[in-house]
Amino acid sequence: MVQFLSPDGTYGVPAEYAEYGKIIADLKEEDFLKFYRHMTRMRRFDNEATALQRQGQLGLWVPAVGQEAAQIGSGHAVGKNDHIFPSYREHGVAITHDIDLMAILKMLRGVNHGGWNPDETRFHLYAIVLGTQVIHATGYAMGVKFDGKVGTGFAERDEAVITYFGDGATAEGDISESFLFAAINNAPLVFFCQNNQWAISSSVETQTTVPLYQRGAGFGVPGIRIDGNDVLASYAVTKKHMDDARNGAGPFMIEALTYRIGAHTTSDDPTKYRTQEEVDYWTARDPITRLEKFLRRQGINDSFFEKCAEENEIMAGEIRAQTFALQAPPIENMFQHVYAESHPLIEEQAAWLKGYEASFETEGGAA
Amino acid sequence: MPNSVEMTIVKAINAGIRKAMADNDKVIVFGQDVAALGGVFRVTEGILGEFGPKRIFNSPIAEAGIIGTAIGLTMRGYRPVAEIQFDGFVFPAFNQITTQLAKLQNRSEGAMTMPVVIRIPYGGGIGAIEHHSESPEAYFAHTPGLRVISPSNPNDAYWMIQQAIASEDPVLFFEPKRRYWQKGMVDLENPPAGMHQATVLRQGKDVTIAAYGPMVATALQAAEIGTTEGRSIEVIDMRSMSPIDYATILESVKKTGHLIVTHEANINVSISSEVAARVAELAFYHLEAPVLRVGGFDVPYPAAKLEEKFLPDADRLLEAVDRSLGY
Repeated sequence: MVQFLSPDGTYGVPAEYAEYGKIIADLKEEDFLKFYRHMTRMRRFDNEATALQRQGQLGLWVPAVGQEAAQIGSGHAVGKNDHIFPSYREHGVAITHDIDLMAILKMLRGVNHGGWNPDETRFHLYAIVLGTQVIHATGYAMGVKFDGKVGTGFAERDEAVITYFGDGATAEGDISESFLFAAINNAPLVFFCQNNQWAISSSVETQTTVPLYQRGAGFGVPGIRIDGNDVLASYAVTKKHMDDARNGAGPFMIEALTYRIGAHTTSDDPTKYRTQEEVDYWTARDPITRLEKFLRRQGINDSFFEKCAEENEIMAGEIRAQTFALQAPPIENMFQHVYAESHPLIEEQAAWLKGYEASFETEGGAA
Repeated sequence: MPNSVEMTIVKAINAGIRKAMADNDKVIVFGQDVAALGGVFRVTEGILGEFGPKRIFNSPIAEAGIIGTAIGLTMRGYRPVAEIQFDGFVFPAFNQITTQLAKLQNRSEGAMTMPVVIRIPYGGGIGAIEHHSESPEAYFAHTPGLRVISPSNPNDAYWMIQQAIASEDPVLFFEPKRRYWQKGMVDLENPPAGMHQATVLRQGKDVTIAAYGPMVATALQAAEIGTTEGRSIEVIDMRSMSPIDYATILESVKKTGHLIVTHEANINVSISSEVAARVAELAFYHLEAPVLRVGGFDVPYPAAKLEEKFLPDADRLLEAVDRSLGY
């Protein structure tokens, strides 16, 4: 397992991972500080969203507490031409690519089903049906290859694709088919599996008997396991394999071993299926705490950490205010974008509902 | 080059795909065995030689993967024409078609469109083993976001495949496999109609039979026999199962007052069920009899030695004509 930051914040590069270590050596202080800033922003956002759900402002929330290193590290390793196909818990990856977090909350509030433009953001829509996005990412990466945007020798021209999924999703056939299609096409694709060890109440042993990073090997997709709570491992390993994919090395799988500290969603009750001892064990391996210890050892002082906390409070306040202000969409939105071209049934039903709704207004006006 | 050429449906689809590929280099064709072999029905024969392996290639035997990668490729700007080898093999891809392909445009609030064509040889009558003779069109017509069409003759096949490829929406293109080798003239210059327009193939005044795909030839045969029994039968080729062109059907019903809808698919919760319900809503006072449905029975598609009794034939259509007129 690739690890550069131990749980107590000690930094070290094992000889066998020296190649990844070189990538970390290229990082500047501002990069480490950015990782910390984004990891704490992710957690503050997550906690705010949980609170909003508890207040009835969101229909549901999908917490990712504990997975900050896996997401922020890998997210920052994605290049400016690359595309990202997330599952539905990648709020941190969204932060690394400046996605408007309100777009995510709109979904969870029930205003729409997504609605951001993946062509502009390169961060594709959340996928609720497990594994479906992985085969889309594979097709997209095949298209990148067909377009000749791999291994051109010009780094600014080449592109790669990364897709996120969890340990639970690995059981889906779509993911096995994705390994195959990606391998036979030598597609520039990194499969990033966040093994947070629980698929709702099913432990990872329900999904696999072999380590998940080995899952792609039989299809021709090599893999590696990283400490998913180490942001430096997450960044360096993802950066290396995204660079390799852009250069024509083909698909690769990264299993980030992490832990879902929170519930699967706000509808879940994890006390029914796992022990407090287990949660405590992983809380002691918290990804943010270990980065903070590392940074303090590097001489980063209180003022930085306090400033981060202040910025995050401001962000949380803005999120809260904007969520309260979210309005239900106009009724006619339901009929929009079902088809790109005219469809008589949709038009007829939209017109009918408009008239039906108007009939109440007329009655109201008469009364 | 002559304005019209005689072709089989197989050759007409092939010619239509080639035309679309020549017009737009983003059109790519893939599926099981479509490249060197040209597909098990040879619909894509010769395309590899003309356009090369970047435009047509074989996929692994993984239907969800075929449609899933088609979705990813269309996000990248390609216009995939994916083949599912047989009707009964589409179900591994059902999730990708119904929860993803049909919904991604809606989910993205129009930021993305999904111009993917899925070609599916469908229907029975060829003496095949299980899973090779089915008519699963209603599953897809039930799903918002998809368009579902089926040509019945070479001219429609040539034009409708091109219209499907040009559409910004996902189109399921059902090919009437037992009519693949039926010949007809193809007008290479002028399309007969839009891909969702029904056409009146035969005028009549007593009864209307609405059919699509492989049953159109059966309906025409029934109409021909009907004349010897003094029946004047109007035949409509519906051509599209989603959306359905009700205007053409209603105009005919207002004239004849009698409607029979037929397909090979099971009747229960089928395209004919929907047409019967809608026509009853929209033309109740014009109907002289209930709308009758003539289709396959509500059983699994039977073994080949029984399919002749499963599939509606001209006699079953004429029996329905008698019932309707005798109501």
